[in-house]
Amino acid sequence: MADMAPVVTLDHVTVTYASNAALRDVSVAFAPGAVGLLGPNGAGKSTMLKALLGFIVPDQGRMHVLDKDVATSPLEIRARIGYMPESDAHIPGMNAVSFVAYCGELCGLPRADAMQRAHEVLYYVGLGEARYRNIETYSTGMKQRIKLAQALVHDPDLLFLDEPTNGMDPKGRDEMLELVRDLAHRKGVNLILSSHLLPDVEYTCDHVVVMDKGTVAVAGPIAALKQPRGQVYELRVKTADSLEAFVAHLQSAGLECHATEDDVMRVFVPGDGGARRVFGLAVEAGVQVRHLRPSVPTLEDVFAHAVGER
Amino acid sequence: MPIHDQGYRRYGGDKVPHGRAWIVIASSGIRTFVTKRAFLGLLLLSWMPFFVRAVQIYASANLPQAAFLALTPETFRQFLEQQSIFVFFVTVYVGSGLIANDRRANALQIYLSKPLGRAEYVLGKLAVLMSFLLLVTWIPGLLLLIVQAVFAGSFAFVVDNIYLFPAITLVSFIVTATAAASMLALSSLSNSSRYVGILYAALIFFSQALFNVLRFVTGGSTIAWVSVEANLQQVGRAIFRQPLLYETPWFVSMLMIVGLIAVSGFVLERRVRGVEIVA
Repeated sequence: MADMAPVVTLDHVTVTYASNAALRDVSVAFAPGAVGLLGPNGAGKSTMLKALLGFIVPDQGRMHVLDKDVATSPLEIRARIGYMPESDAHIPGMNAVSFVAYCGELCGLPRADAMQRAHEVLYYVGLGEARYRNIETYSTGMKQRIKLAQALVHDPDLLFLDEPTNGMDPKGRDEMLELVRDLAHRKGVNLILSSHLLPDVEYTCDHVVVMDKGTVAVAGPIAALKQPRGQVYELRVKTADSLEAFVAHLQSAGLECHATEDDVMRVFVPGDGGARRVFGLAVEAGVQVRHLRPSVPTLEDVFAHAVGER
Repeated sequence: MPIHDQGYRRYGGDKVPHGRAWIVIASSGIRTFVTKRAFLGLLLLSWMPFFVRAVQIYASANLPQAAFLALTPETFRQFLEQQSIFVFFVTVYVGSGLIANDRRANALQIYLSKPLGRAEYVLGKLAVLMSFLLLVTWIPGLLLLIVQAVFAGSFAFVVDNIYLFPAITLVSFIVTATAAASMLALSSLSNSSRYVGILYAALIFFSQALFNVLRFVTGGSTIAWVSVEANLQQVGRAIFRQPLLYETPWFVSMLMIVGLIAVSGFVLERRVRGVEIVA
């Protein structure tokens, strides 16, 4: 898959709102399949998607989606992509099936085909029984599903999903992630999933682009990024001073460290040395190590590594 | 069985080429309004003057005692001017929510993520409003001419006043384009259709009130160009080759109408966007 042509490329793209740069000279390629666009709030994820849709014109740089230039072929691109916006969005006064069929017609589907597809995708996203209800009566979770349905109705080659699990209860969230995973892995739809939730991206995507402060912090296959370039340990300590002081001590020695609970932390030890080095630093700081267990690197480690070192 | 196992199929059919989405928007909008009883009632009411005029034509053509009711070219101009009250109500009823409701529901980002441009979206919305406005101006105006020929049993009046066809068409299109463009621009400024309706009423009535006050102060009607309605009346009279009502030259009135449409276009260009950036 890594050898295949990227579905989206950005080449030195800068987007500025007044004096605030939302994207700073971003160059990145999105591989086919499911790619997570990960980053904290304000990192520039939604801005990137909106620029790719043509909603925002970049100050500089070029963007290509499915081998077409966003600046010169926006309609051809939009005919082949589906967009699920982050905020609530619907056409007022319509029931679900009318809304989705209408979106299909807007994308060029003949009316009868659009209606048939609307029924199909509404069943697919789990709204089959509620498809004749006015959308304004839907719950938050149902509104997320209807947004996915309208993005799917014209059978896009590429989906932009902006925070698809926002506001959903745990069961609904799991079902939404299952749908996204099914689309990407069994139905052959390329997708870019923008989220600040690492587990969502880790569960559904093969590749990730981590953004921070308008730039790309790290990008690549998740499996490759999680390959240890050192060792990761889960550590529980007892310290007379504050835990922050010990974290600072580890970081000053070149170890990456982030607390997960009150006295539990994950420590990444680059290169060789491993646990022996952690014990040595603990002795130096006068900290008791109560528990130390080798751990498997997670996307959270990749994210912390990428964002933390900037 | 998980719900997603009910399947998702790739679409194998044909798609229509780009550039026709405005027809989808227009036809959907028209269907939405014709299912509303209150709106159908308003449309019916707006055709009452047509039926009255039809009776007038029948009487003048068939009853010698009613010959004084015979139609003149001025009758058609008067008919279109009388329809302006229905133009107002239809514009407020149909137009106030056309973009405002989409803004309230964040629908613009749905529309503009599909293969249609902003101009196509505006054209679709414009087509909804203009269709109904032409239904209360242009269609009954032309039908009156046809009815005249049918009841009189002769095309003499129509042939003698053949310019009435383009005149009715031109005036109807200027009136509807002015109302539709300004209403859409106002609709794009707010998320509340009610507020938009009030704004439009203010535009029409305030400009007329301002004209009346200035007319009283100056003692002349040269200042008629400040009123939207007065401008439409001036241009209408010029097109129907009849004496002007006010001292303002007709081309100044036409310039004001063109200016209003241009400003509306500028507002729509600024406000109809897939994303609102607050810098």
